[in-house]
Amino acid sequence: MTSPATFYDVFRQQGISRRSFNKFCSLTAASLGLSPAFASEIAHAMETKRRTPVIWLNGLECTCCSESFIRSGHPLVSDVVLSMLSLDYSHVLMAAAGHQAEAALEETRREHAGEYILAVEGNPPLNEDGMFCIVGGRPFIEQLQEMAAGAKAVVAWGSCASNGCVQAAKPNPTQATPIHKVIKDKPIIKVPGCPPIAEVMTGVLTYMLTFDRIPPLDRLGRPKMFYGQRIHDKCYRRPHFDAGQFAEAWDDENSRKGYCLYKMGCRGPTTYNACSTVRWNDGVSFPIQSGHGCIGCSEENFWDNGPFYERLASVHTPLGVESNADKIGVATVGVIGAGIVAHAAASALQRARNPDNAAKTGAGE
Amino acid sequence: MASTSESSKKSQGLLHSLVSHATEVESPATKVYVYETPVRLWHWVNALCIVLLCVTGYLIAAPPPSVPGEASFSFLFGNIRLIHFAAGEVLALALLYRVIWAFIGNSHAHQIFLPPVWSIKWWGEVWHEVRWYLFLVKVPKKYVGHNPLAQLAMFGIFVLPLFVSVFTGLALNAEGEGIESLWYQAFGWVFALLGDSFTVHTIHHISMWVIIVFSMIHIYVAVREDIMSRQSLVSTMISGWRYFKDDKE
Repeated sequence: MTSPATFYDVFRQQGISRRSFNKFCSLTAASLGLSPAFASEIAHAMETKRRTPVIWLNGLECTCCSESFIRSGHPLVSDVVLSMLSLDYSHVLMAAAGHQAEAALEETRREHAGEYILAVEGNPPLNEDGMFCIVGGRPFIEQLQEMAAGAKAVVAWGSCASNGCVQAAKPNPTQATPIHKVIKDKPIIKVPGCPPIAEVMTGVLTYMLTFDRIPPLDRLGRPKMFYGQRIHDKCYRRPHFDAGQFAEAWDDENSRKGYCLYKMGCRGPTTYNACSTVRWNDGVSFPIQSGHGCIGCSEENFWDNGPFYERLASVHTPLGVESNADKIGVATVGVIGAGIVAHAAASALQRARNPDNAAKTGAGE
Repeated sequence: MASTSESSKKSQGLLHSLVSHATEVESPATKVYVYETPVRLWHWVNALCIVLLCVTGYLIAAPPPSVPGEASFSFLFGNIRLIHFAAGEVLALALLYRVIWAFIGNSHAHQIFLPPVWSIKWWGEVWHEVRWYLFLVKVPKKYVGHNPLAQLAMFGIFVLPLFVSVFTGLALNAEGEGIESLWYQAFGWVFALLGDSFTVHTIHHISMWVIIVFSMIHIYVAVREDIMSRQSLVSTMISGWRYFKDDKE
């Protein structure tokens, strides 16, 4: 089977009219937040560019990123997978299996060296020489490094690849390590989230294919267009936050009124993601809209910053007692306060017992 | 022999020997100008800001009961945060001003920033102060500035947490301004250093409790020393002059 040369060829081959093609370009431009003028630029790119090979590796993960990805509505994931990219290797979506699949991987690595995009879902566990994650009979870390060497750019799908996620939570027995700590010489685009929003995933890929460059990234390497603001900044419940109206329990009156979930531990104020703007399932809803606080899944250490339903994180004290900053603070203030009272009493007692001492001090010894 | 400001200047060198051999040396001065106006001003501005910041900061992490009515008629939580941010910016600027003053002020002005932890003799005096507070020493030493234990406490549980508070606070404020803002360009590095936003919030919160604990000890000891020790404390931070109670007129 010869693969069509350009994206436009693919579209035409599938019986898509010129008119539908232009509509797709406009929609893509709109979903990327670009001005209408970019629609023609996208169309031009589609007509002239060859499909970029993408290798999708799966390490230590739960496949929620793949599950999210295949639900993309704008652009439709079928467009992305069948037309925009040449997805040469993906555990979830490829038809091939076993040696055949590994052969396809090897072929891309050799024939498209320096051209393919490496998309990584999950991360490599480094403990015990990487034996906690075996892919194709070898530790995943080997496959990852081998494929990263010839990649044009690396996309870190999800919180696993971007910052470790749950398997890297304390005490991290397998030493699961985010990929930017093992791949140092390639540009890495982090798309955190557990999973990331489908449209964010396809949006990032579309941007890279269209403009042939990586999107503008923030300090942590996340695309600014999707991770430039906190969920809190665009949350529709924000007015209740500013007013001082909070749900106090999951089933109270305030909760039914749709008040802010801050007191219930919502991590919206500390989480950079597009949930409150792009939303999920083709824009239907997002956690806060369905009455559940954000758990901050796209943030580093989100699993260690629990419990999810409390405002303050657990602080692990050296004594091994789990507590939070306020409990420790109040206890310390109590102890110090008691100490001050005792010390003041002892001081007064000493002064009363040795009045001559005080007098001596007063008189200059 | 009551000293004047000129004699206090003259006796600078003498004061140093007084610090080191407090019990042996008979001080010629009964009062010394210790805390210059900028230091005193900073102290009281700081005190006010810390009270405001602790109250509003606590409320930000543990909001008061919900206000009734439409959201558009209330800005309670917004105002609490506004007071916190404004007081925080004053505190930060005051700290900057204080750090600058540490370079240009008198010899006491940089005391709290630089405890001489490398000096064995200084640690010996810290130990002496610990014993004084444990009632093991009957007669305290005299100090023109802070006593060594106070200096250690000021540095360890006040100046350091204050810097942590200010930098984490400015970084969190920068998040509110947005990642494209100048604020974020100036203080975004805090996140690179300490981790995610939530962790920075936790550190900011813990530093508040450290400062509260410091304040309690600070106020108690200042009042106690004012009564029990040989020098004035509370009035010194108002007038700037330190009186030695046991010096003969």
